[in-house]
Amino acid sequence: MSTKFRNVLRSLAALTLGTTTSLTAHAGFGDLNMTRGVTEISENIYSLHMTIFWWCVAIAFFVFGWMIWSLVAFRHSQGAKPDTQMTHSTKAEIIWTVIPVVILVIMAVPAARSLIAIEDTSNSELSIKVTGYQWKWQYDYLDEKVSFFSTLDRTSNETRQLQSGKDPRAVENYLLDVDKPLVVPEDTKVRLLLTSQDVIHAWWVPAFGLKKDAIPGTVNEMWFKVKTGKTGVYRGQCVELCGRDHGFMPIVVKVVTKDEFKAFVAAQKSAPPASAPAASGAAPTVASAGAGTPPRG
Amino acid sequence: MANTAHADHAHDHHDHKPHGLKRWLYATNHKDIGTMYLVFACIMFFGGGAMALVIRAELFQPGLQFVDPSFFNSMTTMHALLMIFGGVMPAWTGLANWMVPMQVGAPDMALPRLNNFSFWLLPFAFTLLLGTLFVPGGAPAGGWTLYPPLVLQGGDSFPFTIFAIHLMGISSILGAINVVVTILNMRAPGMGLLQMPLFCWTWLITAYLLIAVMPVLAGAVTMLLTDHFFGTTFFTASGGGDPVMFQHIFWFFGHPEVYILILPAFGVVSEIIPTFSRKPLFGYESMVYATASIAFLSFIVWAHHMFTVGMPLAGQLFFMLSTMLIAIPTGVKVFNWCATMWKGSISFETPMLFALAFLFLFTIGGFSGLMLAIAPADFQYHDTYFVVAHFHYVLVPGAVFSIMAGVYYWLPKWCGRMYNERLGKAHFWLSVIGVNVLFFPQHFLGLAGMPRRIPDYSTQFADWNMVSSIGAFIFGFSQLLFVAAIWNAVRSGEKAPQRPWEGATGLDWELPTPAPYHSWETPPAANILPKPGH
Amino acid sequence: MATTHASHHHDDKYYVPHDSHWPIYGSVSLFTLMLGLCGWLNEWYGPYVFVAGLLMVVGLFVGWFNVVIGENQKGMYNTQVDQSFRMGMMWFIFSEVMFFAAFFGALFYARQLSVPWLGGEGAKMFNKLLLYKDFDNAWPTNGPARVGPRDDGSFEVIPAFGLPAINTAILLLSGVTITIAHHALKEGKRSILNIFLAATFLLGFLFVYLQAKEYSHAYTELGLKLSTGIYGSTFFMLTGFHGMHVTLGAIMLLVIWLRTMNGHFTPQRHFGFEAVAWYWHFVDVVWLGLFVFVYWV
Ligand code: HEA
Ligand code: HEA
Ligand code: CUA
Ligand SMILES: [Cu+2]
Repeated sequence: MSTKFRNVLRSLAALTLGTTTSLTAHAGFGDLNMTRGVTEISENIYSLHMTIFWWCVAIAFFVFGWMIWSLVAFRHSQGAKPDTQMTHSTKAEIIWTVIPVVILVIMAVPAARSLIAIEDTSNSELSIKVTGYQWKWQYDYLDEKVSFFSTLDRTSNETRQLQSGKDPRAVENYLLDVDKPLVVPEDTKVRLLLTSQDVIHAWWVPAFGLKKDAIPGTVNEMWFKVKTGKTGVYRGQCVELCGRDHGFMPIVVKVVTKDEFKAFVAAQKSAPPASAPAASGAAPTVASAGAGTPPRG
Repeated sequence: MANTAHADHAHDHHDHKPHGLKRWLYATNHKDIGTMYLVFACIMFFGGGAMALVIRAELFQPGLQFVDPSFFNSMTTMHALLMIFGGVMPAWTGLANWMVPMQVGAPDMALPRLNNFSFWLLPFAFTLLLGTLFVPGGAPAGGWTLYPPLVLQGGDSFPFTIFAIHLMGISSILGAINVVVTILNMRAPGMGLLQMPLFCWTWLITAYLLIAVMPVLAGAVTMLLTDHFFGTTFFTASGGGDPVMFQHIFWFFGHPEVYILILPAFGVVSEIIPTFSRKPLFGYESMVYATASIAFLSFIVWAHHMFTVGMPLAGQLFFMLSTMLIAIPTGVKVFNWCATMWKGSISFETPMLFALAFLFLFTIGGFSGLMLAIAPADFQYHDTYFVVAHFHYVLVPGAVFSIMAGVYYWLPKWCGRMYNERLGKAHFWLSVIGVNVLFFPQHFLGLAGMPRRIPDYSTQFADWNMVSSIGAFIFGFSQLLFVAAIWNAVRSGEKAPQRPWEGATGLDWELPTPAPYHSWETPPAANILPKPGH
Repeated sequence: MATTHASHHHDDKYYVPHDSHWPIYGSVSLFTLMLGLCGWLNEWYGPYVFVAGLLMVVGLFVGWFNVVIGENQKGMYNTQVDQSFRMGMMWFIFSEVMFFAAFFGALFYARQLSVPWLGGEGAKMFNKLLLYKDFDNAWPTNGPARVGPRDDGSFEVIPAFGLPAINTAILLLSGVTITIAHHALKEGKRSILNIFLAATFLLGFLFVYLQAKEYSHAYTELGLKLSTGIYGSTFFMLTGFHGMHVTLGAIMLLVIWLRTMNGHFTPQRHFGFEAVAWYWHFVDVVWLGLFVFVYWV
């Protein structure tokens, strides 16, 4: 109760102080914008996002400026007389149709370019099959024949129970930690093959820029390539409503150097297989399916 | 007025109203039915709002404090269904019922009994829907978008949800047919289509959208029903179907649906801004064409809700570009409203305040919509609170504010009494502040990576969620002022003159105040009709 | 209010009915029907409530239309009211067209997109590599799991140029007979009207009878059921909803016939007849679509 009250006060204080608090390291008030991420695609998307955003700001500046000007300059209370003859102007209408068209074209070109780049899954170097379950993820390294599940970590899980009495703020990476993260090498084009065993899920790590649905009965493709030197731990969540515990199936990706990755694979192979899932059947083999570019429809 | 040969003498007593319960149960009068629609919408709005408050209370801070996750999902689902199908759509139909006959110079709606049928289906539809809160397994919890296979996991609530949607669909279709026929067939002699007020125009186009897409929704949920109970495999890959197929069919309905919610708002705003600017609407005809273009485009953009399902590249490009096009006709509208105010003589009564807030905040919602339309960027935004922020900006200060604007605007004509301007302004300011505190931070949450439809979140999202929840309670409770303002006006408001707003034009304002029970029993004279393309 | 009248396009008043109990009765009936279906499907109780609802809905149609027909016979409807009815019927038929469009959409989507994708075509080669090694794009199909009543998953389809072709002929012929009937009505030739109208609904019921035979053949001998994968689903939903519409249309024709036998309708004013005729043509056109896309190509 007292923490709740303290939180209210805190947020009210923060409100009045405005963005001054936003400078603190990972304080929530500071998180105002999209992450730049650690892949070329994510940076690309970030700059696309900023471009459209600034265009919108520019248009807003103009439109809102116009509105506010009218509201101030033509006040009835100040004795403004209406110009009732001003009912249409073909010239004006053409101008405010054509200018938006031009702006939209300017936005559409880079957007189409990034889209084409994003959809190019050719030449990937590592294929991982990602299967969504209610409510966990399974990762199959197809060529390495390594397979395991990844679920919400114990501490978060205990804390998130209804009225658990535990303080989420005391849990590091609350709801964003798993028992066994996905491990991938840096500077490697990783192709994810997404599917599901029950309902639709979606796989998203904001730092990689993309999300894609994991749909039962079909395989979706998505790829990312973490830039060299950006090793570390990246977190995300399932982002398609998948039932009761949709909010509790996080994604954690550990990006390591190529050597560390080799060591990881070797260790996995020697270790006893972590309780093979009944539903998934035999681990599928795709003899370096990444060799060719798949035909596009 | 007595020089018409009346076939049916019962009509001679103009304000002869039926009394008691029968007046409402057996109603055929467009005003009575309109009132029922509006009251119903208001109840649903508060119900859906109460559910939203459950959502916001749970999200006030991290950790699960109040509700089980599946109940949370039910709240999200029911909140949306109540607000959209129970709140905004019936409110628009209610306004159409009141205003369309008055604005086109007709005695009533074209098909009065059907009109009552459309209305009475709704309470029963929502009885079915709300009843699911009490069935084993709880209310539907798969989101208002009803995606399979998740929705097929629903418990006993499943058929109730489907049939409730069927009933709502029948109601909307019949209601829309009535509006179309009234507008096309019941206009006063000599009134051309381009003489109609824009509210009628936007409703005509809305009605067309409704008749075109509600049956598609009915088809989609029927397929869900047979997949669940009769072994069809429309949405199951093992039988050759595809869960994504449902999404295509749903959004073929769903995207036009969002314009169903907003086009009448454009109409209301196009009435209010000229009135309080004391100047005719700028670019009347281009407003009509822009509305029609938006309606046309709305049929070919649906898959922008599905950029992450794994569509072929060509599909993504097409849907991205077609969606972006909608900014053009919408821009035309925004610019025309600005030009209407330009060189006007503007005063700031409550309806105008709400219309102005609409103008600013809808535009902001439109901008975030445009950002979402950019497919690569949508890969980041999709299914986050950025989307939630977008659609609440277009829905709440967009659709809902303009409903309120319309109610304040026409209330004097309806009940013959003025609302209290101070109460109205208090309602307005609390709402406009509340709604921004509520939804603006959700942009930040979404960009920072908070997914939608989750009952609990990681601690880095805590601060803005708390702000948003505070805004929700401010906004929610200030709506009680709305009810108070109406109540106060109806009970004890000042008597309103025939034309309470200096700049108001149109046939609705030619009628006496309060409007007689039967609107235009005698068609209006040619000299009071609006001028073509005014 | 103005007292002078501009040109009136009708010389009498628009008929606005006074209070009517049919709408609320109709809402209660539909509610009962649907509540009954819900409980029945959930196996809470048998079909009793549903059947009660169904009877109430029949009562609704009989009662409500009776009132309308009675008012019409009393001459309470002027040409403008007549026009409202016409427009209402047109838009109602348009809504029906869109209802069918949803199911046609499902059929086209399955044939053109989802089934080829399941077979690994287009960008979806991983469907084949990872999920369905021995499924190829083909139509008709009951999917990779060969869903259906037979143990071996096989099924047969109804060839277009058998019964379906005969049914096409029947419906086309009925389109001709109703047109003859319409002309006869307009020319005041009542006996021709009666005969050809009777022929029309008899052809309608014949169609329904043959369709029912076809269904029982499919269910008992062909292994083709509603649950025979996507083919069975689209086949039965499309033809089934069409069949229901034909049945309804034929009943409407029967009612109109009874009315003509009672001397209703004049050469100038016969909205009821025309509405049913439009409806019948609509059902006819939908069938042509079915014949081509469900049975033939
Ligand atoms: C009233 C309802 C309404 C309205 C009017 C809109 C309007 C728009 N919407 Fe929105 N939308 C919703 C309701 C609405 N939307 C809902 C409910 C959802 C979520 C559903 C769910 O998933 O549950 C949604 C989701 C949604 C998505 C999917 C996001 C996702 O799930 O990832 C997208 C993507 O393209 C989108 C786009 C747009 C666009 C481009 C417009 C355009 O119409 C906006 C056009 C307006 C402007 C652009 C501003 C004015 C214009 C100018 C001032 C001219 C100059 C401007 C430029 C040149 C930029 N909307
Ligand atoms: C017209 C449509 C409409 C309207 C008006 C609103 C209004 C509001 N919406 Fe909602 N909303 C949607 C349509 C709408 N919404 C849709 C389509 C979704 C998506 C659902 C999905 O994902 O499937 C959604 C989802 C949605 C979410 C995301 C949930 C999630 O992802 O899990 C949230 C969270 O904040 C939210 C909040 C609100 C709030 C606080 C309001 C407020 O504006 C409401 C204010 C009104 C009131 C609060 C009523 C006032 C009542 C009182 C003062 C009485 C109080 C009485 C008691 C408490 C007993 N809405
Ligand atoms: Cu898995 Cu959401
Ligand atoms: Cu949309």
